[in-house]
Formats: sequence, C-alpha cells, structure tokens
Amino acid sequence: MAIQQTKQALAPERAQQPTAESGEQARGLQYQYRDGHGRKRSSGSSGEGLATFLGWFSIGLGLAEVFAPRQLSKLIGLNEDHTLLLRGMGLREITSGIGILSTTRPTGWVWSRVAGDALDLSLLGAALASDDSDKGRVWAATGAVAGVTALDVICAEQLRSGLSDRATVVEAVTIDRPADELYRFWHNFENLPRFMNNLESVRVTGERRSHWVAKGPAGTPVEWDAEILEDRPNELISWRSLEGSEVENSGTVRFKPAPGNRGTEVQVELEYNPPGGLLGAGVAKIFGSAPEQLIKGDLSRFKQLMETGEVVHSDASIHRGLHPAQPPEDNTASFGKEEK
Amino acid sequence: MRATCWMNKKTVEVRDVPDPKILNQRDAIVRITSTAICGSDLHLYNGFVPAMEPGDVLGHEFMGEVVEVGRQVKNLKVGDRVVVPFPISCGNCWHCKQELFSLCENSNPNAWLAEKFMGYSPAGIFGYSHLTGGYAGGQAEYARVPFADVGPIKIENGLTDEQVLFLSDILPTGYMGAEMCNIKPGDVIAVWGCGPVGQFAIASAYLLGAERVIAIDRFPYRLRMAREKAGAETINYEEVNVLEALKEMTAGRGPDACIDAVGMEAHKPGLLGAYDRAKQAMMLETDRPHALREAILACGNGGTVSVIGVYAGFIDKFPMGSIMNRSLTIRSGQCHVQHYMKPLLERIKKGEIDPTFIITHTMSLDDAPEGYDTFLNKEDECVKVVLKPGVH
Repeated sequence: MAIQQTKQALAPERAQQPTAESGEQARGLQYQYRDGHGRKRSSGSSGEGLATFLGWFSIGLGLAEVFAPRQLSKLIGLNEDHTLLLRGMGLREITSGIGILSTTRPTGWVWSRVAGDALDLSLLGAALASDDSDKGRVWAATGAVAGVTALDVICAEQLRSGLSDRATVVEAVTIDRPADELYRFWHNFENLPRFMNNLESVRVTGERRSHWVAKGPAGTPVEWDAEILEDRPNELISWRSLEGSEVENSGTVRFKPAPGNRGTEVQVELEYNPPGGLLGAGVAKIFGSAPEQLIKGDLSRFKQLMETGEVVHSDASIHRGLHPAQPPEDNTASFGKEEK
Repeated sequence: MRATCWMNKKTVEVRDVPDPKILNQRDAIVRITSTAICGSDLHLYNGFVPAMEPGDVLGHEFMGEVVEVGRQVKNLKVGDRVVVPFPISCGNCWHCKQELFSLCENSNPNAWLAEKFMGYSPAGIFGYSHLTGGYAGGQAEYARVPFADVGPIKIENGLTDEQVLFLSDILPTGYMGAEMCNIKPGDVIAVWGCGPVGQFAIASAYLLGAERVIAIDRFPYRLRMAREKAGAETINYEEVNVLEALKEMTAGRGPDACIDAVGMEAHKPGLLGAYDRAKQAMMLETDRPHALREAILACGNGGTVSVIGVYAGFIDKFPMGSIMNRSLTIRSGQCHVQHYMKPLLERIKKGEIDPTFIITHTMSLDDAPEGYDTFLNKEDECVKVVLKPGVH
C-alpha cells in the first residue's frame, strides 16, 4: 500500500540488514524497506499500525458525514436537520485522516483527532439535552465516540513515547579497493576526520579507546570518549561512546567483497540515543537535521580518498553553502586539510 | 584574470575573478589559448539548467599551456600544450576503468544534488552548473584542471589550436553519436541537427562506413555546410515532411540509425515538482523534443536511435510504443571524451578529418557576450564561435 510506505517507525531494534546483499546469502530473502532516514520500517510498533487504522477511520467517517449527512443523522438519532454541521465535521475528519496517513510521525494529527472527539462528545451531549432526538440512538453514538476517543489517546501516547527510541542511520557505498586496505585505513580512527566533515579530530588513547572531538555550532566543540566493541579484521569494526557521554552514539562499519570484482561494499550504521528525544540538542549539533545526508557525504569522501588518493574539491564545494563556481580568493579557503 | 561569468538568464559578463590555484595535488593550471562556446552552453544561457549561481565561470571546451602542476601530476610539465576533455574523471573508479569517463564516480562533489532528480550522478563537468560539481569553466584566461594526470591530451606537433580544440567535446561527441549506431556497410544514417555536433556526427558516420547520411535542420546555411563540408544529403524540415521524405529516400525502409544532435532546450527539472515544471517549460519550446520523437518514428525497424543532444530532465509524449513494437535500440550518453581523444587526434594528423570547417567566428574573450548572442540567434550564419583570451 503506497500510503503505508510513507510511514515509518524509528527502529527499536538494530537494523541488521545490509543494503547491498548479493549472491548466495541474499537469495530468497525479501528486501526490507527502510525510509529516507535509514531507519528500518516496522509497521505496527509504537502506535503506527493503530494510527493507520485511525487515519482510514477518519476518512471513512468524514466521507459519510460529507456525502450522506441525513442518513447519518438518522442513524445516530438526530431528528433536526444538521446537514451543514455534519458536513463541516466531515471535512475536519478527512483532514485529520489525510494528515495521519501522510505524515511520518503523525502525533499532532492524532491529537487533532482527540480534540475533534471532544467536540463530537459535546455536540452529542447537546443532542441528549434536546427534546427532539432519539435518546437511545444518541447514547449509542456517544458510547461509540467515547470508545474511539480512548483509542485516539492511546495511539497519541504510544507515538509520543516512541520519540525517545534510538535513531539509526544506515548508508552504503561500493569502493573499488580491496577490503583489507579499507579496513586498515578505517581502523586507525585518527583517519576518520579526513573524510568525516563533522569531526574535528579523533585521538587514539588506548588499545580500544579513543577520544572524539566533533564540530559544534559557533565553533563550540563537542567531545566524547569511545571504545571498540567488536573488531573482525577486514570485515567489521564496531564502536560506541562510553556511558555518560554528552552524545551517546555507536557505529559499525562492515566490509564485504562486491560481486564481479567491483571492489568492496562498505556499509556504515550509526546509532545515537539522544537524551531528551530525537531532536535533543547534542544530536542536532553534530548530525544536523539530515544525518543520513551527512553520512552519505562522508562515505563519498571516503571513496574519493581511497580510490583517487584525495578528497575531490570543486571551486564551489570548498565553500560552505552556495558560492559561485569561481576560483577562491586565496589559498586559505575553508576546505582545510591538504591531502598527500 | 578575465573570465566569462553567467550572471542571469541571457546575461553573461566578462569579469575579473581570482586566478585559479592548485587545490588538489592531481590538479594542473592551464593558461588558455583557445576556448569555444558550445551549443549546450546555450541551455545555461537561456536559464534552462537548474543550480546556476550568478558569477559561475562558464566554458567546457578549452585548451592551452600548462603553467603549474600539482605534486601528483607526473605526466605533464610546465609548458606542455594540452587539450582538456570536458568531463572531469578520476581514472581510478570502476566506471573510469571501463572507459566510461563521463560516469566518473568521484568527480562530482555535488553528486547528492544530481542524484535527487537523475537517480545517480554523472561525472563533474567544467563550467556546467552546480549539478555537475560547481567547477569554474574554461571561457577564461586560466583554468584549474582536476585529475590532470588522466584527462588532458598533449599536443606535441605543429597542429593549430583550431585543428585540435574540438577534441575537448564536440568532435568526440559527434563521433560517439555515430559509433553508437553500430554502422554496417550499406547503412543509411539520419542526423537531426546541423550544428557543430551534428556536422561532426555526419562526418563520423562516413568515417565509420555509412553508405549515406541524411541531415535534417531548418537553417539553409547549416544545411549547406552539411552538404558541402560534411557530404550529407539534406532535408529542411520547414519545407517538407521529414517522415515522408526519409521513407521515400530509403525506399520505405527508413534509416538504419538516427542520431539526435538537437537535444531538448525545454528542460527545467527542479528538485521538487520537477515533472510539472518540465512540462510547463516544454510548452514554451514545443519544437525541441520534437526532434527526438521524430527520430524514433523515422527510424527503420530494428534500428538504433543515438541520442547525443543534451537532455536534463523529463520529456512528455515519448513514443514508447514505437520503440517496443519495432525493436528499436536507444543509446545515449554524455561523451566519454578521454576514450576518443587519442584515436581522433590520429585521424586529424592523418588528414581523415579536419574539424576547422565548422568555425565561423573567432573573437576575443572580451567579446564573449556578443558571441553568445550571435550563436543563440543564429546571426551572421553562425555555426561555431572560438574565443581567444589575451587577444583584444
């Protein structure tokens, strides 16, 4: 279903799936959809499935209110002509429904349903007080709305709590160099700032320990210590920040020979667990609003460095932001590091 | 230095900009002796290519003298005379190793931008928008040439600039257009567009063994050049129905292959709503996608349609039914120039082709704005404008 594909949940478990599985290992497996943020989609968790149901429910009820207001009036026991009122409420339902179905994390839209439910209940209350209504039917309608209201509240709560889930970014690139060479370069973490734009420096402080300094806003660096968790030569390196770091994060890089002698498939998976939710200050500082874009760029630069020996610069790309494609004013332009 | 800068739609200015410097150790700096305005520059001039910034230095057809090299450039030295290919290619990635140089995986720092609406990114290109990298171009006194150890070809003998300049783009482009037709003895080839690339496609089709080449355009002076200099039979599409004419000229078979050397001006794919905007733009330029549609409908059964005219976005009313039901093959691509430079230089040396015949205008770099205008409006029987920096 197309609409469902636009919805996603932050993966509560680690996204283990390599993006470029090939050959024997992947035969017979189905590719699992990941959204634009590199997060594995898992419909049904964190209130997502319920939200989808509520979205369609809103649209169905809304359509009935708009196109068959008289029949609906009769069904819920209203005897007066409330055509206009019902049509207006129908439009509100449809708007909520579309909002829920088309938004990746429709918490606000689900709360808009709760507000709508409150309005519906108060109108039904007015109908109960009125003489000109079928009390039995109005009571039944009120019960139904109260039930849906409960569902709406549960769903909104589930969606809200889901926000503190770990966020995962997975990106991959194919590099025309052997896996051992790429592994060796990456394994020296002090090389990472050569292609990871957000890193100021990484210093190896012990056999498995390292100290990372990332660029923050307005020149304020953000620092943390990390340790290697798993190290399989020429295959995989996995690391994570030490407990209590300002920005908790972990990463895994996997190296796998590409089919047809195309070199090596390099897959990077980064997870960060921001204190105070996904948009927690620390993470926004380091990863920006589009972390997958940043990682993609880092991997392109890694590929350039390993294949061509240098990070490729154009006259415009050495500047931050938009700049005309003209030679820079002087050699101290902002791109910094010179390659050997 | 003086450089031709894109300032706005239909506005280019020759301005003072900083001299280029070595940014990477595989760069070279070239002092430009000759450069040209390409038909595809007119797409930028007309404002149909997105991601242009006021001040962008234009130009991707240029040659000159090496004045500085980075530490990693071992094959060139100061004083060497070189022609620079328009695609910027690293020579190390998988596509470069397959000699598909215009698909270099490393030379476009703005690959993410190109991916947004092409799916994957092509190589970086000199002076051709930020979609293909944001590199300063060669309609200037100097240019920085990245991967100078891979791209530029040395010109060591007594050939003139005019004889070899077009190795940078249009001669290989026309040649690749003909090569993609997989020409066999007896083949009839039809070429849409008698601009510089079309002229070279005609000449290349003969070099590759075509029996007949039929050229299609609407400007009498360009058709005359195609007949007299390139040896084509010609059709003026404003005077006759092209499909009927081709059918008659080939006794009902249709050409064995068709080359689109026109391209589509009406391309304006934005990052969002690209399709609608492209459609909108096409309403303004209805005759341009016409060439490709006509080339498809005109092509004989089982034939090949070779597309070397530039397209950037989306087209409408594409006759897929004609392609599918008649087993046509569509081939296309930005030219893999580095693959063709050496063999074509050999052909020039042997006198098999003399590319100078297309040059109608030679101007000072300072007159670039006039050159763009003359070329765009097809004034003064303009086919190709060559600019000379340092000549006033």
